[in-house]
Amino acid sequence: MSKRVVLISFLFISGCTVTEEAEFQLKDGPGKDLVSANCAMCHSIDYIQMNSVFLDRQGWEKSVDKMIKVMGAPIKAEDVAPIVAYLTKYYGK
Amino acid sequence: MKRRDFLEGVTGGVVVSASGVLTPRFALSGSISMGPPELPSGALESAVLEALPGKKPLIKRTFRPPNFETPVSYFNELFTPNDVFYVRYHLINIPKVNERDWKLRIGGEAVEKPFEVTMDELKIGFEQVEIAAVNQCSGNRRGLVQPHVPGIQWGYGAMGNARWRGVRLKEVLNKAGIKKDALEAVFNGTDSGAIAGTPDFVKSLPMWKALDENTLIAFEMNGEPLPHLNGYPARLVVPGWTATYWTKQLSSVDVVSKPFDGFWMKTAYRVPKGAFPMKDRFLSQEAEVNTPITEILVNSLITNIENGQRFSLGQWIEVQGIAWDGGHGIERVEVSTDEGKSWRLAELGHDAGRFSWRQWNFRFKPDKKGVHSLMVKATNRIGGTQTFQLIQNPAGYHHNLVQKLTIEVA
Repeated sequence: MSKRVVLISFLFISGCTVTEEAEFQLKDGPGKDLVSANCAMCHSIDYIQMNSVFLDRQGWEKSVDKMIKVMGAPIKAEDVAPIVAYLTKYYGK
Repeated sequence: MKRRDFLEGVTGGVVVSASGVLTPRFALSGSISMGPPELPSGALESAVLEALPGKKPLIKRTFRPPNFETPVSYFNELFTPNDVFYVRYHLINIPKVNERDWKLRIGGEAVEKPFEVTMDELKIGFEQVEIAAVNQCSGNRRGLVQPHVPGIQWGYGAMGNARWRGVRLKEVLNKAGIKKDALEAVFNGTDSGAIAGTPDFVKSLPMWKALDENTLIAFEMNGEPLPHLNGYPARLVVPGWTATYWTKQLSSVDVVSKPFDGFWMKTAYRVPKGAFPMKDRFLSQEAEVNTPITEILVNSLITNIENGQRFSLGQWIEVQGIAWDGGHGIERVEVSTDEGKSWRLAELGHDAGRFSWRQWNFRFKPDKKGVHSLMVKATNRIGGTQTFQLIQNPAGYHHNLVQKLTIEVA
């Protein structure tokens, strides 16, 4: 295996995606911090804007529910409503 | 915990400060470059051209896990260069496995003699073969689906065509001795999610497909080692079937006697039963209402002209593109310049094998100024063709609507 591949691996983990990802911002509004804290644990936040604007409240509820029940997201029960409210208001149709 | 702290946690505490070595971001204005205008507005807005390590700038759909799409202009080549080949991962941890340390474990209750094989043993102990094949994400073109469905909002570029070199999975499994009750082969790679609760990305194939002579454990792509983000050091190559089965960073194959019931088989990557003209069946995974996606449907794409491109009256317009299917091979490609009223044959290019895409070209001279449409439609050797009306399905798979571009003649 070449040194080049090791370098690629290092850059991948340490640089590119994380640095550029950090530039991506969610819209300001109540619930933003909660969404960031809970969602960015497992995936970049750009998933939210990419999936807009076409989901209604029910659509976002379904997505959040899938993240909890299928993907194992440890989101507290009391946080679900404000997260859905934020997603619906700022990224919902 | 702050997000940055968390990221440092999962990446071994590496300080995030390497931006100086990055390829600069190519911010482009306008929506065409970031994908077709039919994509969700948020998908067009959140996309950027960004270079992952070892790659040229690709269309970023999501950073983490990395989902990066190949710009259509690269499809003017028969084989998609490794440094522009699209990237698609489900889980965020993609460990770098040293080729010398890599081992593939063959096991499961339906083999006689489980064993492990190193890369050297794999390359020396089995016949090496090379096959040209299209690798296409099941959700390629999902962003074009109306009404939109959640998922990675791909345009046309979650696909590529490459020459894959490796050894036949069949020979490796035969060495382990396949028992009579073998039902599925189960494939795992070294990628993993951020938290324990996320289902590991594990896939299975019916034995008949696993034992197909074209199904490979591949270690090279276009004459070079696989890029890290395309599966280095070894990945599964399942010609004809969508890329969900082409497990990257392959680490184990288990031959089992019961249907594998992990999330990515039982729930994900399914299409409504009978909705699509798929020929290949995965019987042990079929459920009452849905079935796993299997082979790629017939499809085609114009690769050298962008929607809205301008031409001069009196000028010959050279149209170039590709057509492909799930392994029957392309019989013909037709182009319409009159909204689908009449169709004329395009000229087919070199045949690199039935799993490869086929290049085609077509030339015409518009006889008047104004907006003209260009449509393309492929037909395969068993008479399968593309649809004019979307076949709805919850995950937006198998989009093979006839493509329509408009051009302006002035």
